[in-house]
Amino acid sequence: MEKKVVIELRDVKRNFQVGSETVHALRGVSFKIYEGEFVTIMGTSGSGKSTLLNQLGCLDTPTSGEYYLDGTPVKNMKRSQRAVLRNRKIGFVFQNYNLLAKTTAVENVELPLMYNTTYSAKQRREAAIKALQAVGLGDRLEHKSNQMSGGQMQRVAIARALVNNPAVILADEATGNLDTRTSFEMLVLFQKLHREGRTIIFVTHNPEIAQYSSRNITLRDGKIREDVENTNILDAAEALAALPKPQDD
Amino acid sequence: MSFTNLIRVAITAILSNKSRTLLSTLGIIIGVAAVIIMMAIGQGSKESIRKEISKMGSNVITIRPGADTRGGVRQDPSAMQTLKMSDYESMLSGLKYVQHVSPEVSQSGQVVNGNNNTVTTVYGVSPEYLSIRLWKVQEGDSFTDEDVRKNTKVCIIGKTVADELFPDGQNPIGRTIRFKNIPFRVVGVLKSKGYNNWGMDQDNLMIAPYTTVMKRLAAQNYFSTINVSALSEEMSEKAINELTQLLRANHKIKDGADDDFTIRSQQEIMETMTTTMDTVTLILVVAAAFSLLVAGIGIMNIMLVSVTERTKEIGLRMSVGARGRDISRQFLFESIIISLTGGLIGIGVGYLGSWVAMLMSLPASVPLWSVLLSFGVCACIGLIFGYVPARKAALMDPIEAIRYE
Ligand SMILES: Nc1ncnc2c1ncn2[C@@H]1O[C@H](COP(=O)(O)OP(=O)(O)OP(=O)(O)O)[C@@H](O)[C@H]1O
Ligand SMILES: [Mg+2]
Repeated sequence: MEKKVVIELRDVKRNFQVGSETVHALRGVSFKIYEGEFVTIMGTSGSGKSTLLNQLGCLDTPTSGEYYLDGTPVKNMKRSQRAVLRNRKIGFVFQNYNLLAKTTAVENVELPLMYNTTYSAKQRREAAIKALQAVGLGDRLEHKSNQMSGGQMQRVAIARALVNNPAVILADEATGNLDTRTSFEMLVLFQKLHREGRTIIFVTHNPEIAQYSSRNITLRDGKIREDVENTNILDAAEALAALPKPQDD
Repeated sequence: MSFTNLIRVAITAILSNKSRTLLSTLGIIIGVAAVIIMMAIGQGSKESIRKEISKMGSNVITIRPGADTRGGVRQDPSAMQTLKMSDYESMLSGLKYVQHVSPEVSQSGQVVNGNNNTVTTVYGVSPEYLSIRLWKVQEGDSFTDEDVRKNTKVCIIGKTVADELFPDGQNPIGRTIRFKNIPFRVVGVLKSKGYNNWGMDQDNLMIAPYTTVMKRLAAQNYFSTINVSALSEEMSEKAINELTQLLRANHKIKDGADDDFTIRSQQEIMETMTTTMDTVTLILVVAAAFSLLVAGIGIMNIMLVSVTERTKEIGLRMSVGARGRDISRQFLFESIIISLTGGLIGIGVGYLGSWVAMLMSLPASVPLWSVLLSFGVCACIGLIFGYVPARKAALMDPIEAIRYE
């Protein structure tokens, strides 16, 4: 059976003008990502990972080339149209969580649905609670963002990325600020979402993480250097169990 | 974002920085209160002028000799002698819109009773004068048409004159007082009208038959004024037309030539005064309105700071799907709510200030429309001065905004 293409890039280039110089952050990137894939994107610092993810997340548009998200061409869209696309089809997880300060977990998770008028206040809250339960924070609904640990905040951020039931979840160094143990907890969560059939694109510096995804794309100097399927996906839950227990230190 | 969400988000943001919000509303509060107080005093003064004038008879029409001098041209003294006995007599019958007519000649001077004396003005008029000017005789009686015919030396005196000349509470009725050495028998005392708005004692006067004053005191055969009352305030205009035609015919003035008399209704006088009041009020209100402008700039300033501080939040909202217009609305709502709150408090303070002004015996009455206007102006201030910050927020690049530290 032919799998559905969620993301398709065709020779996407992105240049930045810095003074008189042109920085070629992406020098022609093409790939397809199918529904249900868990893709890690790796590469050295400055290789263009974040630039690529911003393209995929409709936060930015290519200088040239084409990008289709769920069949929709993004390149010539207006700002407001891209905003709607982000709202309906994309869930973004940032390295530093980016939660609203002094705001409860539920309210943070509700945020994307605030910009979707088809949701009533009640539906919004129900969806947010469901998403928080999915990341294991069903008992932390009314905790404010400053009353939570880094791992909990990142879970809230993941719940926020899930709440609109997006076509794809994008994460830029989502475990970058977390310790090893918490990082693995996140990986367990992402693997769970993957098993549920979600499409995930996960930018990371950590080559170890690639072992837990279904496909790994490596960038160098704005080009794809390597794009490999991972046939031997490790189980993050096992790895987590194998980690030394905190009280053993 | 829906309307209720916008309001909720705006209020949350406002409440999360209370002291700053208070400071930015302060300007609006002061500005609105100042505008309201100024308007209240303006309106109050106008109302009290109107009341004052209606106490003097709102249907009164005054005819004076000489052309309209509002242009400021000096006139030949003979031009001031155009109102004659024949004019007065011709007004006594055949006019449809005229109720009462009284000529007027006045003289100022000292009036003496034994050792007591005071300076006053004696008005030579007909008995109808009392009806025209709404004077009531409190003690004794008015003089009569008979007295007018016979140039009797009788008078009615105002309360002030009575108090000055009869300090021990003696009854003035029947007593004789001397004005410029002419003896007048007091037949009545007028009911007091007190001071008017301009601080003039309205009770310092004597009223006597015009024939007596003309013959014994003024030695003149023309009137300085003819007082007329129209049948009603509304008929003043028609009465003026009637009187103008009559006088032009009497004086044989050719078509196209100017009148040699001036007719003014009390309404016109009132309008002139209220127009002056309006101008003064306007100047005060404009001055107060400038403080609103400054307050608006203050709000803009604070909103700009707030937008910069919340760059990351803006970036986050955009990344989860807020459109530029969602963001700009969020900040517009915030500035409108701030200025409306300031406006509401300002209206309250304005009412309080007007009340204090009243306690200090300044006439003040807050016109409802000034409240509505202030409210509308505040909404506009929020909108106009919130626009620049809101636009700045809306045009942010989501990637740069979310990276902002
Ligand atoms: N807004 C911008 N203006 C100018 N140059 C930019 C901009 N954004 C990225 N670049 C440049 O594009 C290149 C790729 O940057 P990018 O952030 O995508 O790298 P990265 O792979 O995410 O690096 P890291 O792993 O450190 O996050 C870099 O050389 C960077 O300097
Ligand atoms: Mg990066």
